[in-house]
Amino acid sequence: MRRRRDARTIRPFTSADDHCPNASLPCEECLQSSYPQTYKQSIQFCMEWALDLAKLDYSGWRVLREGFRGQAGWTQAWRDPAPKPAYDVIIVGGGGHGLATAYYLARNHGIRNIAVLEKGWLGGGNTGRNTTVIRSNYYYRESAALYDFSLKLYEGLARELNYNVMFSQRGIITLAHSRHDLEAATRWVGAMRVNGVDTDMIGPAEIARRVPILDMRPDARYPVLGGFMQKRAGTARHDAVAWGYARAADALGVDIIQQCEVTGFRRNADGSIAGVETSRGLIAAKTVGIAAAGHSTTLADMAGFRLPVTSYALQAFVTEPLKPVLDTVVLSLATGLYLSQSDKGGLVIGGALDLYPSYAQRGNMPMARTVLGAVAQQYPSLGRVRLVRQWAGIVDVVQDSSPILGATPVPNLLINCGWGTGGFKAIPAGGTLLAHHIATGTPHHLAEPFSLSRFSTGALIDEAAASGIAH
Amino acid sequence: MLLIHCPWCGPREELEFRCGGESHISRPSPSATVSDTDWGNYLFTRKNPKGVHYERWVHAFGCRRWFNVARHTATHRIEAIYAMHEAAPSAFDGADAL
Repeated sequence: MRRRRDARTIRPFTSADDHCPNASLPCEECLQSSYPQTYKQSIQFCMEWALDLAKLDYSGWRVLREGFRGQAGWTQAWRDPAPKPAYDVIIVGGGGHGLATAYYLARNHGIRNIAVLEKGWLGGGNTGRNTTVIRSNYYYRESAALYDFSLKLYEGLARELNYNVMFSQRGIITLAHSRHDLEAATRWVGAMRVNGVDTDMIGPAEIARRVPILDMRPDARYPVLGGFMQKRAGTARHDAVAWGYARAADALGVDIIQQCEVTGFRRNADGSIAGVETSRGLIAAKTVGIAAAGHSTTLADMAGFRLPVTSYALQAFVTEPLKPVLDTVVLSLATGLYLSQSDKGGLVIGGALDLYPSYAQRGNMPMARTVLGAVAQQYPSLGRVRLVRQWAGIVDVVQDSSPILGATPVPNLLINCGWGTGGFKAIPAGGTLLAHHIATGTPHHLAEPFSLSRFSTGALIDEAAASGIAH
Repeated sequence: MLLIHCPWCGPREELEFRCGGESHISRPSPSATVSDTDWGNYLFTRKNPKGVHYERWVHAFGCRRWFNVARHTATHRIEAIYAMHEAAPSAFDGADAL
């Protein structure tokens, strides 16, 4: 009931800064204003609540009711509209970042005449190909602010979208395997804590307690000397994030157009963007935002500018379902292996990038061997577990392993790209920041350090080391 | 898994090699006249075609010599292998031109 009450009476947020600092726990002001203050308000609140129940939106009551009716009463969660001839804003890319951008444009900024163009199916790119880890344990101040903002939005996302994104704050443990790893980890943790990110050094006993399947023997191939943990980190259901944003954006009037590939950009006489040419015809737009990781440079080439982005394949693997063996996320600094267990029981396995630039969404055998070898070496009891799926996503790799957000050399064309191997965790932030820039014409203060211009000014934000995976 | 024909050692598996990124990049000069944008592009911006990519490879666990490879980035098919000093070959059957 708390959720409905809040959703109904909290004042709408006007910008990203306007969020409660802790989105999962509304601030005092929000709570105060959300409670009925008078008898009349209480009556009104009860009536609204009854109306909500009658509308039978997504709710526990609705699930129960449909359970008795053979699940026959569910309707399509979002429309499948034909493209209109013109929109105020077109977002290229119907993954998490693109859908989130459209949603926040509509919700935070009141822009409703928006289309999201997706060349394949919704969330079929990297949003459907990642390992669902959400964390904000980054080294530099700019990155910590950006990713922690995203993590905070994730904490309140299921409630905001009324869609269960299954965000589970099970924590992430980063393992140190040598004295040097430990020294580096201590330094990172110091920086993270200064930046306000909740990380703690933990010792081998604590790690053994939290991850019983990890090989902790002193003579293990990768002995564990310690590590650090971010307890607010976790995993979410990747499809649900895309679907939740899609449903919420659609409800606000956004047109989500699938099977619609952008093939070129139409320009005005002054060089600004007039619209996009697509496989379903020309669509005019006042502003275009690109959120098409993996193919960012393909679109930049069409628009006539260059990006310091190279596309690589990043592989992931899922094993057959097991009984619960791991209730956190574990990342190894020595092997780059990261491991978590999904709610279905499958172990979700990721590692380093493939070794050369690629657009092939399948991954290559040498890296598969390296990653799976690390599983067998660090978790001997999993050595005979069988894989059920393997795939790869094409990620945008940037020299400093930080995203590129905001303006491009082309007027009215903005971009959100370069998240490398960690775009999923940044979906709410990426959407909020691109929406802010499109709506106001100026970058959000969190996005400013990540502009494309940093590659000529030299103000790089080099997270290659702090992200824990070398690329 | 690629089978790469090292010009000196013959066909070897991909594990013995390392990819050194885009080939045929020339340093802008004279340094004093190069703008920050051009210098940034020289350092950081690379061609990233979905098609044939001209790149440097080294036989890291073999003869340790460098050579050029023209490779399709979507199929991984190696179209040509040529020496470091040679110009990039152009136009391959069924391949996207750069």
